Amino acid sequence: MSGFPTLFYKEVLRFWKVGFQTVAAPVITALLYLLIFSHVLESRIQVYQNVSYTAFLVPGLVMMSLLQNSFANSSSSLIQSKVTGSIIFVLLPPISYRAFYLAYVLAALVRGLCVGAGVLLATLWFAPLQFAEPLWIVAFALLGGGILSSLGVIAGIWADKFDQLAAFQNFLIMPLTFLSGVFYSIHSLPPFWQQVSHWNPVFYMIDGFRHGFFGVSDVSPWHSLAIVTTCLVLLSLLTLEMLKRGYKLRA
Amino acid sequence: MSSMTPAIRVRQVAKHFGSVEALGGVSLEVQQGEFFGLLGPNGAGKTTLISALAGLVRVDSGSIEVMGCDVVADYRNARRQLGVVPQELVFDPFFSVRETLKIQCGYFGIRHSRAREDWIDEILANLDLTGKADANMRSLSGGMKRRVLVAQALVHRPPVIVLDEPTAGVDVELRQTLWQFIRRLNQEGHTVVLTTHYLEEAENLCTRIAMLKAGRVVALDSTANLLRRFSVHELRLKLAPGVGLPPDLASRARNKDGVWSLAFDAYTEIELLLATLRTHGCGLEDLEIGKPDLEDVFVRVMRGKDGLSPLIPGAGGNAGSVSPAGVAG
Repeated sequence: MSGFPTLFYKEVLRFWKVGFQTVAAPVITALLYLLIFSHVLESRIQVYQNVSYTAFLVPGLVMMSLLQNSFANSSSSLIQSKVTGSIIFVLLPPISYRAFYLAYVLAALVRGLCVGAGVLLATLWFAPLQFAEPLWIVAFALLGGGILSSLGVIAGIWADKFDQLAAFQNFLIMPLTFLSGVFYSIHSLPPFWQQVSHWNPVFYMIDGFRHGFFGVSDVSPWHSLAIVTTCLVLLSLLTLEMLKRGYKLRA
Repeated sequence: MSSMTPAIRVRQVAKHFGSVEALGGVSLEVQQGEFFGLLGPNGAGKTTLISALAGLVRVDSGSIEVMGCDVVADYRNARRQLGVVPQELVFDPFFSVRETLKIQCGYFGIRHSRAREDWIDEILANLDLTGKADANMRSLSGGMKRRVLVAQALVHRPPVIVLDEPTAGVDVELRQTLWQFIRRLNQEGHTVVLTTHYLEEAENLCTRIAMLKAGRVVALDSTANLLRRFSVHELRLKLAPGVGLPPDLASRARNKDGVWSLAFDAYTEIELLLATLRTHGCGLEDLEIGKPDLEDVFVRVMRGKDGLSPLIPGAGGNAGSVSPAGVAG
């Protein structure tokens, strides 16, 4: 794993140096979502018994921010270094494709967790939270963040220009995260859309994560865990295979 | 002939990008300690060959070794032996010069130590970057960024250094500093491979030169041999008005813009030529001796006037030998 600690450190340092943009800004955005949605819907919706809408919303926003920023970190780092050509500094040394994968995914996960923790801390003022089954919180945060970090690596390698990455982010990642039950329970949806939601893996990440807070969820957390773990394994294998072949990295 | 493992061994390397043949069976060897020039026009395959050497390009067939390590099968060791200065002026805008060098060390598994810091300080001093060590990469001029690229290639003390057009866009003073440093590294035993479009640089620095054309090696020999074989001394004469060159000399001379050029092999011939002119009463207005230069050789080779075989020593196990198949076509 020669080179792994440094590549991981470099990736963390990269986002930390622009912390206002990479950590503070997403926290503020999530806070604005909370203020607006809770103001409008607090008195109108109650998803679970004894859980206010604002409290219901907080884990969803935490997880959504965590996922989006995990994706953003690995994908933006790779596309930037590809476009500027500085990716060569990572390709010339004896860094294995496994070390490359782990460094980018773990650094992206660190950013996702930082943003998620930031959102959680900032929103604690607005709603009393329970931590009914904290292990589920940790498990879904790590697995979900890992999945989106891997997807970020795939997108960053696949995209040749910023426009393509923006398409990946806006046409895939954003709809998947927004339509995953962050702002609502899928039981409030018509049957057809409930079925559609079950095909969205992000739904299971949010639902399982929320289960850790309230001890209740739309589907069993074990069911969500199985789906999320399978997704992580499959995406990791795909990413590793791309890196092993040098897809779009080594001509 | 050396029994040492060659610093670089390229065997029958072919690479296509779609239907374009970038390398068509290139074979060459660079011995340890050599200052080797890789020349050719744009699109000749120089950068593709260097990229293949560095593992950035995967070849279709053939093999490449750096210090005996295959760049695919034993890529970790091969890359540790190699420092590459890329052609493009690339940098990571998030970091300072020192951070950039420390990170590059870490990629090669070189952990923090006094020795590492001293070596970084030494590189910075030699490349006149000490004053900019803590400056962000974005704030550096083009020439300074180029020097940082050289520094990055050297942080892991590679025995083989490849410089892909390192002086493009670099001012004269900086170029001198850079070459002084690279020359010193070469004298200390580092093998240096240089590609450049400044043929004067190649002529002054390189002990051996390969010329590539359309993905094939079309010349490979010591610089001295190439100059001897394909470039000649010339006596350039401007005659007094109304005077013509004697017929026996005119038949072997070229006239361009009123200046006659007469090729000669040894300086002793000059006296004979001048005596002939005197005998025929040819007054001179100006006289100049032209030395052979690599540009001349390069132009001749690229125009393909002289065929391939005389330019490449026959395969016989010598350093730099190229098998006939390697230069076919």
